[in-house]
Amino acid sequence: MTPRKRIAPSAVIWLLLGAAYFLIPLLSTLIMSLRSDQTARCCTAANYSYILHDPEFWRTIRLSFVIALETIVITLVLMVPTVYWVHLKVPRLRPVIGFLALIPFVIAPIILVVGLLDVYRGTPQWFYGEPYGFLVAAYVILAFPYMYFSLDNGFRAIDLQTLTEASQSLGAGWITTLWRVILPNIRAAALAGSFLTLAIVMGEYTIASLSQFNVFSVYVQYINQNKSYPAAAITLLSFGITWVAMLALAFAGRGRRTATGEGAH
Amino acid sequence: MAGVEIRSLERRFGDVVALAGIDLEIASGEFVSFLGPSGCGKTTALRLVAGFDHPTAGQILVGGEDLTGVPPNKRDIGMVFQAYSLFPNMSAVKNVEFGLRVRKQSSGERRRRALELLDLVGLAHAADRYPHQLSGGMQQRVALARALAIEPRLLLLDEPLSALDAKVRVQLREEIRRIQTRLGITTIYVTHDQEEALSISDRVAVLSHGTIEQIGPPAEIYGSPATPFVAEFVGTMNRIESTVSDSAAGTVAFGGSSLTVEEARGRPAGSRVLLLVRPETVELTSPEGGLPGEVVSQTFLGAVTRVKVEAGGSEWSADVSTDRAAAIPVGSKVGVTVPGGSARLLTLD
Repeated sequence: MTPRKRIAPSAVIWLLLGAAYFLIPLLSTLIMSLRSDQTARCCTAANYSYILHDPEFWRTIRLSFVIALETIVITLVLMVPTVYWVHLKVPRLRPVIGFLALIPFVIAPIILVVGLLDVYRGTPQWFYGEPYGFLVAAYVILAFPYMYFSLDNGFRAIDLQTLTEASQSLGAGWITTLWRVILPNIRAAALAGSFLTLAIVMGEYTIASLSQFNVFSVYVQYINQNKSYPAAAITLLSFGITWVAMLALAFAGRGRRTATGEGAH
Repeated sequence: MAGVEIRSLERRFGDVVALAGIDLEIASGEFVSFLGPSGCGKTTALRLVAGFDHPTAGQILVGGEDLTGVPPNKRDIGMVFQAYSLFPNMSAVKNVEFGLRVRKQSSGERRRRALELLDLVGLAHAADRYPHQLSGGMQQRVALARALAIEPRLLLLDEPLSALDAKVRVQLREEIRRIQTRLGITTIYVTHDQEEALSISDRVAVLSHGTIEQIGPPAEIYGSPATPFVAEFVGTMNRIESTVSDSAAGTVAFGGSSLTVEEARGRPAGSRVLLLVRPETVELTSPEGGLPGEVVSQTFLGAVTRVKVEAGGSEWSADVSTDRAAAIPVGSKVGVTVPGGSARLLTLD
């Protein structure tokens, strides 16, 4: 019989300290969000009601979600075949692409947006003047490192060459192999990259603000500047949205074991 | 089923010659093994036949059709890989169905066929299990069923048993041979394990440095190695460098001693030869009855014991029954005898 492991008292203390570090600001924000915007007295759900009844909240959150989904789709369509090809055919280029993927981290968003506004000036209005065009193009660049490193990890976890060759020997072409064999086995990695992209796009402020697109992050900033108690409510709502996304990732990635699964004994 | 013809197949990687122009014909339904050490070119040859690599020169014909430039997914060649290659996201039956699905067979028909093949490899009960729920041996059985499901004209097996433990290897190799014989499918099997190659093949091709050193039935490869490399690589062999001393009597001399060997008759006196003798044919007698020597070590192998004897300036290995080995402990004086006809001679340049 395996003896039951006892948790050391020091571990409990560290756990409580860690929990406090995360929970105290959340509780403070929650208390603040429940205070009246007029009297500053507790407790009322009026701030949540205000936010949820503000059409601008729904418009901007919908816009940001659509932009995020568009960014995710474009990034996946560009990155999955590229990373697949690099791993399979030119693995020596992996460090080069890894280095390129770090560039969006090095260039400050404010520099990026100024450069992009200049580069894309003169492009059609449906692209330059619309968040679904210009902003998505900028966010695809921002999402590059997150998606690349997620996919890179996913591809490294499977025996890509053997799976590809097995699929081909059975008569499958490249697209069937990618769609039916490779993609299901890097699903968790693609989802991780997708949700990181979602989080980045939902929270990105600098590029959206400077390019004058009124998305969710710009709306949050506006509320923050003008109404302190509803700002606390919207902070918690944003936090909740992020958690729902994380739970969705955990749920989607919970599926069957993939290539890393150990053999039966 | 189709026969295979490999013509002057060559593969170079820069200056490195992986395959130096091999020629080979495999009859329809034949089981041929490529045997050789790491880096000899056996896997390169198999990958060229499968279409995963392109030859520098040469041709591959299957059933008379030139497949040299045909992509792997258009070749109708089934393959079982060394690494576990089942698709982790699919159950065993879905793995077997995969090739049929690509060929757009109806769902009912492909499931029926997949279950039939899983039954053939003894895994009908595990049809709905996922790869991570199967042992290594079971995974390779499913991989075999999957390769056979598409009714390939040629089956390639790239060291499919190398990751398995000894007992499962023996069991599975017998099963592979049973299924191959039953289906009559032309098969190329790559292995570095001589026992594996000799036990299941119709013919064995021994490769070294990108060339075929010898090809023939297992008994011929084992009993009559054509080159020193084959003699060294296949089984254990006593290799004694000698000189023909008496052409008429068939005597060879080495280290101040001599032996009479049938094959030496008629060879020019003074020619240098390599005397090859299998340990199981060497007889140990009293010191007066043969080449006198002394037992230097014994290795227990089960029913037989391998006895090493220093005799005539060379070290000889002889397999004797374990009961008898007890009577000639290390240090005993013995005589080494090679019965006429059991030794082979290779001319040394």
